[in-house]
Formats: sequence, structure tokens, C-alpha cells
Amino acid sequence: MNILITGCGKIGTTILDDMVNEGHNVIIMDENQSVLTSLTDIYDVMSICGNGANCNTLKEAGIDNIDVYVAATGSDETNMLSCFLAKRMGAKHTIARVKNPSFSERDIKFMKQQLDISIILNPEHLAAGDLFDILKLPEAVKVEQFSRRNFQLIELKLKPNSLLSGMNLMEIRSKYAAEYLICAVQRDDSIFIPNGKFVLHGGDKIGIIAKDTEIQKFFSYLGLIKKQAKKVMIIGGSRTAIHLAQLLLGIGISVKIIDKSDKKCRELCDLLPKATVICGDGTEHELLLEEGLLNQDAFVTLTGVDEENILLSFFAGSQNVPTVLSKVNSDQLSMLAEKLGLDRLVSPKRATTDVVLAYVRALSNSRGSNIETLYQLMDDKVEAMEFIVKSENKLLGVPLKNLKLRKDTLVAGIIRDRRTIIPGGNDCILYGDRVVIISADKKLKELSDVLA
Amino acid sequence: MNKRMIIEMTGQIVRLESILLLLPFIVAIIYGEQNCYIAFIAPSVISFAVGSLMVLYAKPKSKVIYAPDGFVITALAWTLLSLIGALPFVISGEIKSYTDAFFETVSGFTTTGASILNNVEVLSHATLFWRSFTHFIGGMGVLVLLIAILPSSSVRSIHILRAEVPGPTMGKLVPKMRSTSMLLYIIYSGLTLLLFIFLVAGGMPVFDSIIHAFGTAGTGGFGLKSDSIGGYSPYLQWVIAIFMILFGVNFNVYYLILLKKFKSAIKNNELWAYLGIITLSTILITVNVSPMYNGLGESLRQSFFQVTSIISTTGFATTNFDLWPVFSKTILILLMFSGACAGSTGGGLKVSRLVLLYKLIKRSFKTMLHPRSVEVIKLDNKTVDETTLQSVSVYFALYMLCVATFLLIICIEPFDFLTNFSAVVSCFNNIGPGLSQVGPTCNFSEYSVFSKWLLSLAMLMGRLEIYPIILATQLFFSERKSKV
Repeated sequence: MNILITGCGKIGTTILDDMVNEGHNVIIMDENQSVLTSLTDIYDVMSICGNGANCNTLKEAGIDNIDVYVAATGSDETNMLSCFLAKRMGAKHTIARVKNPSFSERDIKFMKQQLDISIILNPEHLAAGDLFDILKLPEAVKVEQFSRRNFQLIELKLKPNSLLSGMNLMEIRSKYAAEYLICAVQRDDSIFIPNGKFVLHGGDKIGIIAKDTEIQKFFSYLGLIKKQAKKVMIIGGSRTAIHLAQLLLGIGISVKIIDKSDKKCRELCDLLPKATVICGDGTEHELLLEEGLLNQDAFVTLTGVDEENILLSFFAGSQNVPTVLSKVNSDQLSMLAEKLGLDRLVSPKRATTDVVLAYVRALSNSRGSNIETLYQLMDDKVEAMEFIVKSENKLLGVPLKNLKLRKDTLVAGIIRDRRTIIPGGNDCILYGDRVVIISADKKLKELSDVLA
Repeated sequence: MNKRMIIEMTGQIVRLESILLLLPFIVAIIYGEQNCYIAFIAPSVISFAVGSLMVLYAKPKSKVIYAPDGFVITALAWTLLSLIGALPFVISGEIKSYTDAFFETVSGFTTTGASILNNVEVLSHATLFWRSFTHFIGGMGVLVLLIAILPSSSVRSIHILRAEVPGPTMGKLVPKMRSTSMLLYIIYSGLTLLLFIFLVAGGMPVFDSIIHAFGTAGTGGFGLKSDSIGGYSPYLQWVIAIFMILFGVNFNVYYLILLKKFKSAIKNNELWAYLGIITLSTILITVNVSPMYNGLGESLRQSFFQVTSIISTTGFATTNFDLWPVFSKTILILLMFSGACAGSTGGGLKVSRLVLLYKLIKRSFKTMLHPRSVEVIKLDNKTVDETTLQSVSVYFALYMLCVATFLLIICIEPFDFLTNFSAVVSCFNNIGPGLSQVGPTCNFSEYSVFSKWLLSLAMLMGRLEIYPIILATQLFFSERKSKV
């Protein structure tokens, strides 16, 4: 497919990276020539220097041949205007990044409809959602939702002395009976899509798929249940912080935000009347302790500087704060931080590109089963996809044990009429089901691709 | 540097040549030239073996090609290609010394068309075909061909194309490298086929048409006859002259025409400058040489053909322009420097660089008068960034320095200044014939062995726009030093 990306900042570049890896024809547009030059050195893409909200530039890029137009510049207005123009000039689908937190969900919906934009992306909002999910289930490293929150996929890091260590999956299943499935394991740098004989070790990162209630059951067997966070401290009054605070305050969790800038603090007070806003330097340990760091259930670092976030998280970890979360944008830094023991990292750009990737992947498959949601897990080495079966398919009605699946691919869940099924060998996929597939082979475009 | 990737890519190129060598072998079979069979089969087998060994040995851990690797791959590939491509001439015994054969092959691949053969007409069909086929391959570039046919070899192959495709900046036609390369070859082959049809329709024998189509397409200049195109009908001369202009145009223009974007196609500043230079030079020379020919028609044809042949850096000739007045000869020498458009198959400095240099000069006059004036330079209505401008002026200086160096060394030879000067300029700009003793009716066979190697180097440097050869040598020595 032909994809045009305007604005090559952090978000734009990550989307670009995904799109090139998927093999699409990508054109990038930016007003800064040197950014374009360095990107064309690395990626096999064409570049055009110019403003996306300019008709002539769009025409030059051949907008009438573009399948997906992504506007990811730093300015919401430019993004919306350029998406509108692109759509009018012949682009088939448009995606706009809109980050201003003062737009309500209704505003966004209205703009989306009026400007005929396919997706409005808010990276900070998505990241806040991810953070919120983890805070609700603090023992997980990462929580992803399928099917309107019917199904959850949870990444969990096993402690060296974990009860599960040394057991194979079949034993675990018979010992801790609940409806769940361990669907992916990361050990050091290698990824396994495990079968029943796979033996877990302490230190593994495992992916578990299950219904909300079943997860709680499983965790209580393991003695992993921590109480849901009641008091959260956030460092840095970024947009992500605002979104997160809104979500947390919505379910009655108390939030304390610390930010350096007086002006920012006033803005925060305006937007979040229920939150406690502290004006001060969040990197000062004294201040953190004074503000009751030790009594917090969770500590979230959301400043604009990755390094600051990482270091602060280490400090909070050393003070035994139960849950420590941090926002890290740079992939290299997050890999380093993870090696050093920080495992709960969230990156706004990753959350964003998952959405774009799912959308584009769904577009490139013309037949039958559509990708509904897509998540990248385990350092983006595994994909979890939710398909809706919309057409007849040779997979349908065949018990799973009789299907010859592709290597490193797993049917992890079926949702039928709001009922969730963790499939065994005798279950089969039926018309109208939603199916969750886990795959380490990142090329699945539709459901029938799972067959070997 | 990613050495294994360099070895792999070079190996692929060598293997590609083994396939290319089979085409003249087919020609030999068609014409029943049995003495040529072994001359093409042996190098083909050798290059296949060597290439496969290199690819097998390489097994690169990472497929990333960095900027220095692009230069090294380009320089190595072209050198190896010429070294192997020279073998058929020696094995068939049609060119006795390896130096001569190498000179002839480099001249072919770099689309120069300078020859050391005193008598072209005695060569076998297969050898003649190979000689001209090297023009066709070298014209658009062998690495472009490799990228077009290899399934996504490396993510950063742009560094290779940048080193091989001539011009100040490298513009892609479509987002993907591979599709761009394919498109270039499709346009190139399509134009060549069109020329072939025109030639055959004009009564040229089929084999001659193929040879001349290759020679024109790559803007090379190897022909079949000692008097080049002079013996063919005026119609054929006009056709070749017009196609020489066409192959000297930036191929992006053709792509835009294919997309029916005529407006953006004719907005190309370089194209107009190129056509302007051709028109002006033709008029001046026509007037200057008209006493030598019968009537305006013939003098116009002769001057038009010679001008297009030199500016597109092809080097065909219909008349011995060495006998022309000094004024006309000087114009031709200047045209040798100008060369064709960027992104075409022609050589030389490239018209777009001249346009930018002219604009730079104009700007510098203005800043002298108004020291605080700020002015951007535009090409095709787009602002050219300062790094490109700087690289253009540096390239010009480097280019002149290279000409001077080659000239100084070549002047050790016992020829007159004009011979040596035109030999260097003609080789460095990939034209072919020079003036005086290397004029259109003469050849380079009188030069010493050393000078032939030197001129071969000049041709390679000219084709690859200087940097790859120098940088690859520099990297080679610095790597060795760091090992010791």
C-alpha cells in the first residue's frame, strides 16, 4: 500500500519504521530537510520537503494514489487540516495525531466525523490508558485489552523464587485450575510460543491471556495479589499525566502531581480540580519524601526526559514503593533500563503505532476476517491479534487439534456471543467469532494465514 | 564498515557478469563463430565460480550498508567487472595485450567509447556485441541493475545508488529503491528498443542497429566502422543524433511524462539549459563550418550531430571534426566539460551543476554589492539547500584538480599538447574521441602501457564521479594501517 507520513518526529518515525518493515511504499514529508536526509539514509522511502497542509505539496506527493495518510506533526491544527485536505484530494484513509488534552472525547468524535478522519490518535491518551491498566493490576508488567475489555493479555515477570518456576505448563494447569492460557514466554532475548511440555524458569517474562475475573483467581493462587493502588504520585505534569490523572480520579484514586513549573501547575489545577498539585522539583529526593513517597501505592514518572524518569524510578524502587511505572520514549534506553531491572515501562509512541499497524494491516487484507486489535508484546517480538470472522473460511468448524498451524502461532482465545473461551483441542472457530491469535511470526494479515 | 556485506554485494555483481557474458556467447552461436565460444564461456564460468565463492564466504551478519560501504562496493564492483570483462578479448586473441583489452573494457563499461583498435571491422560479431553491450550495462549502471533484480538486498542500498548514479543529488522515482531501479531500467530499455526500431526502419542491418542502439543508449560510442556513423544515411544520422539528446536527459523527466505530469516535466531547469546549450552550439558551429560543406543542410546536420554526440558524451562521429576551424573545436572541447544532465546515462560535469555554479556566481556578485543581502538559490522552483551548493562547488574544484593531475602525468608522453589534453578530457568525461592524434579517425593505441592504465583510471573516476574511487582507496589504506 502507498502510505504518506507527514511530520517525522518520534511518533512519525516509529510509524515509518513499522510501515517499512511491513513492506509498504512509504513517502515521508517534513519541513526540515536534514531530518528527511537522515531518514532516507536509513529507510527505503521517498521524501518530500514541505508542509502537509499545503495542497501543492500534497499534489506533488501524488495524494490521489495514497491509501493511508498519516499526519503526525506536533501541531493538532495542521494535522487535522492536512487530513481534511488529503481526504478531499483523494487519499483513501486518513489518520491524525491530536494531542491537546483539552479536547473531550465528544469533541474528538465530532471532529473525526466532520473531517472524515479514519483514526484520531492521541499518543499520550493511549499511554495513559496503558498506565491505568497496569495500576489497576499492579503485579503485571503490561496489560492489554481485547474485545472491549472482555479479555486481557497480561505480561508478568516471574520472580526467581516463583511458585511456577520449574513446572511445565500442563502441571501448572492441573494445579491451578482456572480459565487462562500462558501464550508466550520471553527468556533473555529469545521468544517461545510454549506448548504443554514447556518448563518455566524464574526470571521469565510470560504472557497470560484470560478473563478479568479468572486472572484475579490465578493471581490469588500464586499469592501475587496486591491491593489495587489507592494513592498514586505522578512526577511531571505532561499531557500523559493529565490523561492518567483523569482516569485515576474517575475511579476514586487519589492523585498527587509534582511539577517544576508554576504555570504548568496552575493549568493542572484548572484541568484536575480533585488532584493535589505540588509545585517543586520532582528530582529532589527530599521533596519526594516530604510529600509522602513512602506511603504511596504507586509512583509514576512522566517527565519529558527519559533519563530523569529512569533514575527517579530507581530511587522510588529503592524506597520500596510497591509499584513503579515510568514513561520511556527511546527504545535503546528502555532496553537498558529493562536490563537494569525496571520492567514497567510505557512508551506513548509504541501504544500509538500498535493502533496504526493494526489499522493498516486490516486494510491490506481485502477478504473476510478483519484485524480488530493488534498488540506487540515482549519487546515487540510477539504480536497478539484479535480477528472477527466475517466470512466462510476453511478454518471454520474444524476442531483446533486437527488444524495444522504455522510455527510459533497459537489460537489463544475465542469470544462467542460475549462468552470467552480459552480453547482446547476440541474447540472450533465458528462464523461470527472473535479470535485472539498469538504469533511470533509478524506477517499475519488475516485469520487463514495461521495455517501452515 | 560492513566488510562481509561488501564482499557479498561484489560477489553478486561478479555473478551477474557471468550471466551477461552468455549473451555474446549466444551471438557467437548465431554467427557460427566457433573460435569465440571458449572466449565467453571460460570467463563466464570463472566469474560464476568466483562470485559464488565470495557470496558463500561472506554470509553477512547484518545487511546494513553504511555510506563508506556504498563507495567501496561501487569502486570494487566496477573494477572487478572491467578486469573480468577484458578476458574475452584476450582469450579470443582479437586483442593481444591484456592492458589494451582492459582499456577497451573500461572504455565500454564507463560508456566512454575510446578504442585502441586500429581496425574495428575485423572483429568477430560476438566481440563487437560484447563491446557495445558493456555500454548498455554501464550506461544505467550495473549496481542499479543488481538492485532491480535482487529481492530487497539491503535496507540501505541508497548508499550504493548514490555512489553510482551521477548527479549532485539522487532523487527516487517511487518510494522503494528496487522499484525505482526497475523503472529506470524499463524506461531505458524501452527507449533503446524504440531507437532500434527507428534504425531498422531506416534500412540499417539488424546487427548494426543493435550495436548502435546500445552505443547510443549508454551514450558510449563504440561502433562497427572505422568512420563511425559517417557511412550511414542522413536519416539514420538524424535519428541517432536525436536519441543521443534523449539519453542525455534526466530519466526522471521520462517518468513524469509516463505519469502524464507534463507540467512538472517541462518545469525542469536543467533540461532547458541542456537544450539551450545544444541549440546555441549548433548554430555557432553551423555558421563557422558552413564553407566546408555543400549547403546549409549538410553543415547543420554535421554540426548538430557532432554537438549532440559530444554533449551527451557519446562520441560517435559523422565527420572528422579534427579538421574543423579552431573556434568550432574549442566549442566542442567546452561541451566535453559540460556533459549531459544529471540522472541520465551521460558523463561530464552535468548541466545541473553548471546551472547551480552559474547561480552561485550570480549570488556572489550580489553579496559583493549588498553584503547583507540574503538570497536562496532555486532549481526547478525549489530551494537548493546550502550543503548541496557547497558540494557542487567542491566537486567542481575536485574535478578540475583531477583533470590537471591526469594532464600533468599524461604529458610525459611524446605527443603534442592538444592530443594529451583532449585525451584526458575525453576519457575523464567518458566521451571517446579527442582531437589531433586521438581525433575521431584515430585511436589511443599509440599510448604507452602506463598511460593506458592511467586513462582507464580516469575513465572509471569520471563515470563514478571521482569520490568512490578515491574514498575506496583511502579506506583501503587506512584499514591496512590500522591493522599494522
